[in-house]
Amino acid sequence: MASRRVPLVLLACGSFNPITNQHMRLFELARDHMQSTGQYKVVGGIVSPVSDGYGKQGLVSAKHRISMAKLALQSSNWVTVDEWESQQPDWTETVVTMRYHYGQILEEYKRSTGKHNDSSNPAPQLKLLCGADFLHTFKIPGLWLEDHLEELVKHFGLVCVSRGSLQPERAVHESDTLFRHRQNIFLVREWVRNETSATEVRRALRRGLSVKYLIPDPVIEYIHQHNLYTEDSEKRNEGTALRPLIKQAHQPIKSLDD
Amino acid sequence: MEDPSPSKVVLLACGSFNPITNMHLRMFELARDHLEDTGQYRVIKGIISPVGDAYKKKGLIESCHRVEMVRLATESSGWITVDSWESQQSEWLETVKVVRHHYEEIIAAEHNKDDVDTVKHAKKRRIEEKRFESSDQNKKRDAPHLMLLCGADVLESFETPNLWKKEDIAEIVGRYGLVCITRSGGDPHKFINQSDELWKYRTNIHVVHEWVTNDISATHVRRALRRGRSVRYLLPDSVISYIQEHGLYSAESEQKNADVILAPFQRYSEASTS
Repeated sequence: MASRRVPLVLLACGSFNPITNQHMRLFELARDHMQSTGQYKVVGGIVSPVSDGYGKQGLVSAKHRISMAKLALQSSNWVTVDEWESQQPDWTETVVTMRYHYGQILEEYKRSTGKHNDSSNPAPQLKLLCGADFLHTFKIPGLWLEDHLEELVKHFGLVCVSRGSLQPERAVHESDTLFRHRQNIFLVREWVRNETSATEVRRALRRGLSVKYLIPDPVIEYIHQHNLYTEDSEKRNEGTALRPLIKQAHQPIKSLDD
Repeated sequence: MEDPSPSKVVLLACGSFNPITNMHLRMFELARDHLEDTGQYRVIKGIISPVGDAYKKKGLIESCHRVEMVRLATESSGWITVDSWESQQSEWLETVKVVRHHYEEIIAAEHNKDDVDTVKHAKKRRIEEKRFESSDQNKKRDAPHLMLLCGADVLESFETPNLWKKEDIAEIVGRYGLVCITRSGGDPHKFINQSDELWKYRTNIHVVHEWVTNDISATHVRRALRRGRSVRYLLPDSVISYIQEHGLYSAESEQKNADVILAPFQRYSEASTS
């Protein structure tokens, strides 16, 4: 192990409604890719389910989404679930969640290194892990504040797993902000077409169809035990605007320094 | 559920399973949901039959390992099992012979079940009927159907010269039946329509759409393993542990049978030249 590799933590934000094998696959692909650059050593992965305040249609309560993620990640020795974001009463901007986690990581780092700040022990970094479709949310008006996007790619960085199309390259090309920080955006190619979306999983569950091998067995059991995904649950938040669209509409665009 | 009595179905999947992936397992789940949804069938069992080593496919590792991996992978399933009969044959066997073997096993098991309660005359009579009709598959009222489960690529391989015998296709599809899982891209209906042979048996071909693309090929898995990349969540953890324990897939193992002609091609080209 080269000692100068930068320790890296990967953070995935999202609904995880429910968590699927594909979500966990993203972590595996990202870790392999980042380590193969020779610059990083991936030391951890964090799954951070969004809070109920997000207002997305069909979103079941965070308590359940957290429990399912924990069951799914029981068998992983490097990816964990963090409840902080899900416990916030309101939806939290992704950048704010990242600041929180980075604060935690730095504290831990300072504790472990003490006062010796030598170069053989570089400070860890935190990057956001996302699927290819995520880059397109940057283009949705009102979903991202420009400063937030800038901070995300400049200060933290992005690891984006694509499904074999050139969409991510295009998204970077089409955004001046993303293009400016392209060195901090890592695009990972997934060669296996594996498009298990949580939406499809919920659809199958509502219809009484099998989801075995798409999500882990303990998660399937949990869903059945609590009868989580039904036609009723899918109607939750129906017709509600996504919280970011409301929250940020009332926010002056340059209100970042807090 | 009030439907009088749906026919029992056993699903059989043949292939290399080198190694088995979640996609293979998923195919069984999709097929069962589809068949039971018609109200006509009740799927009682799934059988995975790894091909024997004599198949000579490039990179095919020993069948004992492939069988064991399927066994591990199906441990958590309440209905899918592995069968090692095909893999233990010293020569490569045409799929139709594997299908026949399993159908005979099913019928034999039914007989044994009936023989147990000899008190009931009606059942005894049925046994007689069965013996009488034993070559006429799938006609008996309560004997399970056996259907071959495959991906759309197998359906399309029916047209590959020297890979299949015409009469074998006729028997597999005509007498037993096919459940064909299709990825979002393909259109098996079109393919069936364009083949006079398959069109004849179209009612015996059940096409299942896989809306969630889950294209985990064993080739991809082996490649990732050779390169030391993670294959987690593509196949069951127990199988991954087994592969690591036995150091199964390497650049070396991929060279197995590298210059050997696939058994079916060998056999059929011999047949056509003699």
